Amino acid sequence: MSDYDLEVDARGLLCPLPILKSDQAMTTLPTQGKICVLATDPGIERDLPAWCAVNGHILVSMTQQGRHWRAIVEKGS
Amino acid sequence: MTHASIEKTGVIRALGLLSGGLDSTLAARLLLEQGIEVGCVNFHTGFCIQSHTSAIRNPKPGAPPPRHDALHAAQSLGVKLHMVDISSDYVRIVTDPKHGYGKNLNPCLDCKIFMVAKAWAMAKELGYHFIFSGEVLGQRPMSQRRDTFPVIDREAGVKGWLLRPLTALRMPETEPEKMGWVDRSRLEGFNGRGRKPQMALAKKLAITDYPSPAGGCCFLTDENYTRKLRDLWAYRNNRDYSMEDILLLKAGRHIRPAPHFKLMIGRDQSENLFLSGFRKGRMTIQTKNTPGPLTLVEGEITAAEDRLLACRIAARYSKGKDLPTVQLTVDDGNVTEVVEVTPLPAHELPDHWHV
Repeated sequence: MSDYDLEVDARGLLCPLPILKSDQAMTTLPTQGKICVLATDPGIERDLPAWCAVNGHILVSMTQQGRHWRAIVEKGS
Repeated sequence: MTHASIEKTGVIRALGLLSGGLDSTLAARLLLEQGIEVGCVNFHTGFCIQSHTSAIRNPKPGAPPPRHDALHAAQSLGVKLHMVDISSDYVRIVTDPKHGYGKNLNPCLDCKIFMVAKAWAMAKELGYHFIFSGEVLGQRPMSQRRDTFPVIDREAGVKGWLLRPLTALRMPETEPEKMGWVDRSRLEGFNGRGRKPQMALAKKLAITDYPSPAGGCCFLTDENYTRKLRDLWAYRNNRDYSMEDILLLKAGRHIRPAPHFKLMIGRDQSENLFLSGFRKGRMTIQTKNTPGPLTLVEGEITAAEDRLLACRIAARYSKGKDLPTVQLTVDDGNVTEVVEVTPLPAHELPDHWHV
């Protein structure tokens, strides 16, 4: 069983598209729904936590392997 | 939300255009200081210079990761940020601006009118009472002038409802000021290109984390970038572009040996990785027996002499440029073949091939 409801594959996309795609995905989920964001733009490292803070979402985890990032975000209320 | 909502709740709501630079951040702070509920909007045009170069190229050792300034400014301000992708609608602004271009291909006035109109429409939809921006009279040669502010307000259909808190004292009173929603005496009268008053205000408001004003925020003001865009339009015989086109203009060395094809050659490992995401539909050339860049071919090359020239140029930018021959893998999407060529010497690559 996966630890998220929706995958946002933003690999190859530049800032701010990974955030815009995450934002769009979040609108389709209920509170506490989770997205998994995959990205290669290094901006995600600072932008995703900021986006979560601005929108009241919870950054559950973020891991990096080379130029690849994977993050789980839970929708806030 | 109507004006009656203010009588009912006492809450005045303003929507600001936030780039994340110092001016728009200060404008938002001045209104927050007056107890106004502030929300912001940031538009993605596809030409945002911010962080793209650093995201595409190898990072400088020790440099922090790039960031989206508006997002971080919104976080510092503690305000809601609406991030809106306007890149599709924006094409017509770039290809056919009513008010023309600035020094390069920057349609600043049309861009500002477009964004202000969008923000005003959003404000009405989301229940904000007026909009604001961080514009300062005389700061930008095309869009921030005494004669262009009224053009923006008129053509965006926002006359009287766009407040410019940093330069308000030099402008006629706006509706929010007349209604007493905003205390004009607590706004500023900044003027000109100098940054000292803004920096002094930032210090007073304890705003320390803001991006450097140098460098601009849009690739359309960049001479090198717009030269590539003009080249694209000229050889395509029309001024349309796709998101893929404008992204590719941001990366690599662009060389056009003939009108019907152009090479895009990665300048470092990170650019090669970026370019590799655009292989689909394009011929690619990659060195095989020596380290070298990924080369993407834009355009049709079927003639053997064109393919040979493309390969020789690609080899020239590899570690094997001084070797008698270099092996390359050429993939046109259907057939992959290995070829061996002599790298093109520098004197056979004229300057005017560099876009």
